[in-house]
Order: sequence, then C-alpha cells, then structure tokens
Amino acid sequence: MVRSTPSSAGRRPAPESTTRRRSAKPAASRLVLLVATRKGAWIFHGDAKRKAWRADGPHFLGHIVSHLQLDPRDGRTLLAAAKTGHLGPTIFRSTNLGRTWQEAEQPPAFAKPPEGVGGPAARTVDHSFWLTPGHASEPGTWYAGTSPQGLFRSDDGGRRWAPFSTINDDPQYREWMGTVQDGTPDGPKLHSIIVDPRDPKHLYFAMSGGGVHESTDGGKSWTTRVQGLEVVEGFDAANVTFHDPHVLRLCPSNPDRLYQQNHCGIYRLDRPGNEWVRIGRSMPKRVGDVGFPLAVHPRDDRVAWVFPMDGTSVWPRTSPQGRPAVYATRNAGRTWQRLDAGLPAAQAWWTVKRQAMGADACDPVGLYFGTTSGELWASRDEGARWSCIARHLPEIYTVEAATLA
Amino acid sequence: MQVLIPSSLRSYTGVSKVEAGGASLGEVLAELDRRYPGIRFRMVDEQDRLRPHMRVFVKGLAVHELAHPLAPDDELAIVQALSGG
Repeated sequence: MVRSTPSSAGRRPAPESTTRRRSAKPAASRLVLLVATRKGAWIFHGDAKRKAWRADGPHFLGHIVSHLQLDPRDGRTLLAAAKTGHLGPTIFRSTNLGRTWQEAEQPPAFAKPPEGVGGPAARTVDHSFWLTPGHASEPGTWYAGTSPQGLFRSDDGGRRWAPFSTINDDPQYREWMGTVQDGTPDGPKLHSIIVDPRDPKHLYFAMSGGGVHESTDGGKSWTTRVQGLEVVEGFDAANVTFHDPHVLRLCPSNPDRLYQQNHCGIYRLDRPGNEWVRIGRSMPKRVGDVGFPLAVHPRDDRVAWVFPMDGTSVWPRTSPQGRPAVYATRNAGRTWQRLDAGLPAAQAWWTVKRQAMGADACDPVGLYFGTTSGELWASRDEGARWSCIARHLPEIYTVEAATLA
Repeated sequence: MQVLIPSSLRSYTGVSKVEAGGASLGEVLAELDRRYPGIRFRMVDEQDRLRPHMRVFVKGLAVHELAHPLAPDDELAIVQALSGG
C-alpha cells in the first residue's frame, strides 16, 4: 500500500479512535528479553507463563552495548551495537542466538568532508545508539542512529553500513544537530527511527536536540514535525535545535498514531494531522509528565505506558519522590492510571533510559523495564503487578521484548 | 617490528605480540588491518585520528600522528589509556 503524503487539510480523527487490530499473538514460550547494558548484553528466555526467566549472558562482557535487537523478519538474526570505553564502535551480528558473533565489515562511520571546500566540520561516530529493522518487504535492511547524530542504513543484515539520506552532512541538519556541547551528557543522539509498516518509504526519526523528522520518499527529503511541542523555558520553540524528543513510538495497530515522551511532556500525534497534543497535562501535577521511555500496546492504539521521572530543578531524572511507578493511559491520554503494585514504595531513586522499557505482543501484554541500577522488572498483566526478574546487572540501557522464530 | 597488542584487541589477533612492517604508524596499522580485518577502526576513527582512549608508544615515547615515521627495529606498543569505569 502506498501511503499518500500527509496533509493537515481535511478530516481530523477523533482523539480516541478505537482502532484495534486482530493479529496473531506470539507464544510466550518463544519470548526473549534483549537487555543491553554498560558492561555487556543478556538474553532472558521466558517460560510459557512468563514467570520464570533464564539468563543467557553476559555477551560482550565489559563492552558498552547500546542496543540489542532481534530481526522480526526472521526471528533469528541479532544485532548488537557495541563499543568499549577505549575502542571504536562497531555492530555485531549473530544468527545463532549469540553463540557466535561476527563483527560488521563496515560499521557506521561518517564520511570525510571534501577537501578544500567549506562546510560542516568532520565528525566521528562515538557509538551506534539505536537500531531499527527495516520494512518487512526489505529483508536484510536495518537503520542505525548514532551519537553524534547520524543516520545509517545496512542492506545486508548489518554487515556493511553506509550513511543514509543526506542529513549527516546537510548544513541545515548539522545546524539543528548542534555540537557535542549542545547534547546530553552522554552525547547527542539520533533515535526513534521508525518505518511505517505500510510503506518502506515512510520514515520518522528524532534527535535529542534536533526535533522530529519525517520522510515519505525513502529519505530523499524530510519535513520537521515539531508543531505543538514545547521547549524548555527561555529557548525559542521556533528553533528546531531546542526540541528534545526523548522517544517516539508508532502504534502497530494504527500507524497513523504516534506517541512521544519529550523532555517537555508526553504527546500524541494523529496523522494526517501535523500538530502534537500534550496529553501529559492530565498526569498528576506532583508526578509530572517528564520521563524517558514510552511503550505502546501492540493491538490497541489507545493504550500507552510511561515511566515518569523528576524533571524539576537540576533534572534529577529519578523516580519522583523516590516512588517509582509506571503510568498507563487507556484512552489515548485523556486520563492516566498509576501502576506500582510490587514496586518499592519509598527510597527507590530509579532511572529508566529511553529504550529500557518495552512491551511484548502477548495477551495480556507483558511489560518490562530495566533500571540504571541494574534491575530488570516485569509485569504479566499490562502493569497491574510487577516483579523483579533480575538484579545486580550493570547499568541497563535497553530492554526489548522479542519473539524467536 | 614487534607490535604489542592491548588486551581489548587480542580477540582479533589471538596473541599479545605480532610482527608487522611499515615506514610509519599509519602503514603499520594498515598492515594490521589487512591481516586482522576491522582492527584499525577500533583504534583509528573515520577521520584518520587516533581514538581518544588509545595510546601508542614507540621506544617509550607517545606517538599521536599516523604519519609518525618508524624504523624496522622499532618496538610499537598499542595500549588502552588509563581510563574507564
């Protein structure tokens, strides 16, 4: 299906459109959690009831693993974005669940600028931060977002990577990206690369500092999508650089709906509209709507989960008042429900990074998150109750729920 | 010349010391990359600069430039800088 160019003219969909998709639900017995940490990666295998979890790891002990992903198109290929504190970044690939890994022959790397011509300064990739499998119709394609911000693509299952599209060295994009000084303490990031499941040419990505961007022509051209988003007081919202989306998620059941956790709140976008709506305003004031991760329901576009963190004063990024909780909306952001059964009631100053919370596609949906203090938590009932399934891991960066073939 | 390989890169070479030739540091690293594909990019970035946390010593002196000339009887030590955590 070829997706038409989005436009703001015409119909405005109801905010609580109830698109629900009937899709095959995976067997829980083939469920794995892919956990990337500052000191290695682990694969947790769940039993049929998602009660017992077997840890397989560490893989790449001592390596900084930024993202570990399973290719949903074959349910077998794993890609790991890795570096050590000393060595340059690379991407590893496995087709036997991590028994053996092969290093990319050509990892993501910025181009050298042409000699003698003025233009953006040369850059080097510090690490690949975000991995997205390509469209189902393009087996073997992958996208990578890096730090500093760069967009890369592989067409051979992650063996060789090349700059994708023009943004890496486009003067306007380089201006929006800013410099390393403008970025997060861990470096500015390109993240949330999304491929519309209906159309391989329809892409989104976001940048921490640099806003949200959309292409409908396979990356030949891009449009910024920051309308409706707020920025930190004192910054000019008209400048794309000052927009700090933390994570974007597209609803699998309704690819015309996206949710966003931003530095300045929780938002929803319903296409073909172009304006983000701040649905986080209905969160309790003492909790706020700042956070990093956001997960969406696989079959119900009204349902999403967030993990709020303290964004006041110096931006501690820890659980507000030391009381961690997941918040869920079941009506597209009109109201939110606190879900903390089983979580510590006090003195738990947790940080959950933007890729460290995910959902499986089972029924009921399983939710999972990992903390920077090395704990992995799970819920088998869409957040109603939580249990800790692993402790004493290194700082957790990403948690992905995936289904093996 | 003999090249000391840091522990973090021995997954490429299998050993801690290898023999490699080249008239400059850049040539020696290129030779290592031919024999152990991928090893150079872990030490040298895409703008041909030595990565921040890698150090190279020739006869005990720190070398930072790939163009640094080397003699056949030089001993090269590639080490991880004392950083991390």
